[in-house]
Amino acid sequence: MRYIPNTSADRREMLDRVGLDSVDALFADVPQAVRERFHPLGLEPQSELDVAEHASRLAAENQAASMTSFAGGGIYDHYVPSAVWNLASRSEFVTAYTPYQPEISQGTLVAMFEFQTLIAELTGMEVANASLYDGATALAEAALMAERIRKRGRVAVARSLLPHLRRVLQTYAWGAGITLHEVPYDASGRCDLAGVPEDVSGLILQSPNAFGVIESLEGVKDRIGDALLIVSAYPISLGLLEPPGSFDADVVVGEGQSLGLPMAYGGPLLGLFATREAHLRQIPGRIAGQTVDANGETGYVMAAQTREQHIRRNRATSNICTNSALCALAATIYLSSVGAEGLRTVAELCASKAHALAERIRRIDGFELPFDGPFFNEFVVRTPEDPEQVRTRLANAGFLVESSGELASLGVNRSLRLAVTERRTEDEIDRLIDVLGGGS
Amino acid sequence: MKTIFELPASDDVRGVFPEAEGTLDEMGVAEGLLRRTPPRIPSVSEPTLVRHYTALSKANFGVDDGLYPLGSCTMKYNPKLNEAVAALPGFARVHPKAHPALAQGTLHFLHGLQGLLSGVAGLPDVSLQPVAGAHGELTGLFLFKKYFESRGESERRRILLPDSAHGTNPASAALAGFTVAEIPSDDRGMVDVDGLRAALDETVAGIMLTVPNTLGIFEERILEITDAVHEAGGLCYFDGANLNAFLGRARPGDMGADVFHFNLHKTMSTPHGGGGPGSGPIAASERLVEFLPVPRIVKQNGAFDLLWDAPHTIGAVHSFYGNVLVALKAYAYLLQLGDAGLREVSENAVLNANYLQTRLKETFDLPYDGLCKHEFVLSAAGLPNEISALDVAKGLIDRGFHPPTVYFPLIVREALMIEPTETEGKASLDRFVEAMEAIAEEADRNPEGLREAPRSAPVRRLDQTRAAREPVLTFPFDEPST
Repeated sequence: MRYIPNTSADRREMLDRVGLDSVDALFADVPQAVRERFHPLGLEPQSELDVAEHASRLAAENQAASMTSFAGGGIYDHYVPSAVWNLASRSEFVTAYTPYQPEISQGTLVAMFEFQTLIAELTGMEVANASLYDGATALAEAALMAERIRKRGRVAVARSLLPHLRRVLQTYAWGAGITLHEVPYDASGRCDLAGVPEDVSGLILQSPNAFGVIESLEGVKDRIGDALLIVSAYPISLGLLEPPGSFDADVVVGEGQSLGLPMAYGGPLLGLFATREAHLRQIPGRIAGQTVDANGETGYVMAAQTREQHIRRNRATSNICTNSALCALAATIYLSSVGAEGLRTVAELCASKAHALAERIRRIDGFELPFDGPFFNEFVVRTPEDPEQVRTRLANAGFLVESSGELASLGVNRSLRLAVTERRTEDEIDRLIDVLGGGS
Repeated sequence: MKTIFELPASDDVRGVFPEAEGTLDEMGVAEGLLRRTPPRIPSVSEPTLVRHYTALSKANFGVDDGLYPLGSCTMKYNPKLNEAVAALPGFARVHPKAHPALAQGTLHFLHGLQGLLSGVAGLPDVSLQPVAGAHGELTGLFLFKKYFESRGESERRRILLPDSAHGTNPASAALAGFTVAEIPSDDRGMVDVDGLRAALDETVAGIMLTVPNTLGIFEERILEITDAVHEAGGLCYFDGANLNAFLGRARPGDMGADVFHFNLHKTMSTPHGGGGPGSGPIAASERLVEFLPVPRIVKQNGAFDLLWDAPHTIGAVHSFYGNVLVALKAYAYLLQLGDAGLREVSENAVLNANYLQTRLKETFDLPYDGLCKHEFVLSAAGLPNEISALDVAKGLIDRGFHPPTVYFPLIVREALMIEPTETEGKASLDRFVEAMEAIAEEADRNPEGLREAPRSAPVRRLDQTRAAREPVLTFPFDEPST
């Protein structure tokens, strides 16, 4: 096989040196009963050409890939500048392991440090880790951290949280023996803070939330005593909106896909996790830190490792080891490539296009916007007929919209959620309006 | 090393996007919600950006740069086809909430990979949702927890672990709500079966094993171990970090595993990316299948679909369906290898390890001598002049190699854990042996020099203590630069 350099002569020579007469002798310690039970896959090896062709055919079967996406709900069809993956795909980054040997891992470590800095800046927090798996596990880890700090056995969570985040939170909370208390939303689509009980370790909000509505974070912290305020944020929106850090959030988490990652049917993703320095010893996951080398030159290493599983074992803050390093690198290059100004431009484009579309849909007979809270680039539309019929009509015209089931599960009936990114053109929006029956 | 924050800023970096038209008010975003202070994201020109990250890449060492014998990490060569298929726009541009009918191509390979992994594990079903080995461990232990809940045996709270276990094992057990108890290894580095039997009672939920273990030794009494645990009413978790040792020759399901996790970023050649994204699918035994995460990926009436209706499921552990593009790379790899390729992998991985072990034990201490599998553990404790495993590691850097895993497993003093993988040839292994012998000689002849290694790396030896004591975790914008 061409991925194996040893020749048969090499193998013979090596076996001789080891003092064995056959390859099978290398496996003599595997119990015979185990070896006898073995069954192969029944899989013939295929050439690179055959596998490449097979993959191309499968790729062509994904109709969603060629549709115009107005789908959102945490994953968005953003533009990725060319430099991002051109650089992130360099094999020195791609084929390296976790930076256990810092002197030959400065590329990964500097990028981690830059990433932490950028995420802290973006969220308005003091420290960030070097990434978690995805936005859902980042949120679950935040809930666990709040529980480690306050130990009340209960965490309040807004009902307006995206269901895919809620599902993972629920699994982790069950594992840790934490009860989740659901807080309803009001007519504006925002979390109704009157529903937050006392005696919780934390309150979880998402902003913009599952309805696209921007939560009102002002004063929330004062109303929840010493419970930790955990906010799940959409990083692109933070180019334009005041970050949760300015409202005294204790933990800001998020899904980083919008920062340069393809949608890729939902993976790999990028979990963002930022908090205050006071909670440093409780942070889950890897963190890079600055130090100096033997010559006094600045360099970077993995820091605060005493929190981690390889040292603390069952008393670690998390079990996480491999995370989303390469995705964090891509996000770092994305942010550095667009700059603060570019990030604001993307956010403005998203917001302005979404608001223009919402306004045009509102004017179509029978359509309405059920929530009056402010939104960023995503909103809920109540449809005059069965939303699944509307969705099918849109799909037939080449537009990808999420199914109405998710909103229905949150108590919002007969509705669709539409998301708009900077990639959507005026022409696409005109055609969408046409299909909805709003053509002039 | 310089960060992006220290590079010359440009005053005009617009142009990635067209400018937004209209005022913010017209855009509909109220003034009060707007960001008051912009984030300090650098503004650099594209050439500056490209040179910075190119320079950073050159300060990294990857498998493409040379031998990377990091024990327990299976740093094998990553075929370029993997990256090519994962970059196809037809896979990259699919929204995860698209109707399954619109994502048939992706669901096809996910379903296909589930089947292949189930065959490799010798277990009836697989979930691709976990995205790392530790995530697979956690998910597997959630299955244990749910299983005992469903049987009214919630008092089974204890997980047994050999003292050679990976750190993620106890951490995952704790996160899933279990307590952990260590069982000692015997003098040959294997589980002390009598000690295990003595520890088994009605409070034990199960055992977590790594096969072969972290010393690279195959548990000869594996069937006795798993039988004993099952007879006591417990379950057996198999950490799959070391699957490369027996691919195409043995299956965890045939050894008594109830859950086995894969590390696709190790065994299946999807790269590691400097710390992820990985993929840690789990295979489950018959009695645990009903608890696997949702959605399940199924084929019904000739079409692939997502199945949410599973009354006993633990729920979800990932936003969507796991690391789809990583799964795609593993799928492409498995199709290329086939059964014959899988056997060649384990054959060469184990032969390479035994060859290195045989040659290196002439110079270094080998605390657990005997046939090894894909890796083995030397001790640097016997080197003269108090030369440590860390010194050996840094000396290897100067000779063009990535160092082995050091100071793990914890039961070996000054451990050097070496895993060459099947993608190194004899010539490369011989060069590694020469380098190790030269280091042993330097330990004797010039220990001070060795303690100052590395000299040829982008930075000299780094002060870890200082990073721990005075943490600087974000760029100090507010301090005057020096």
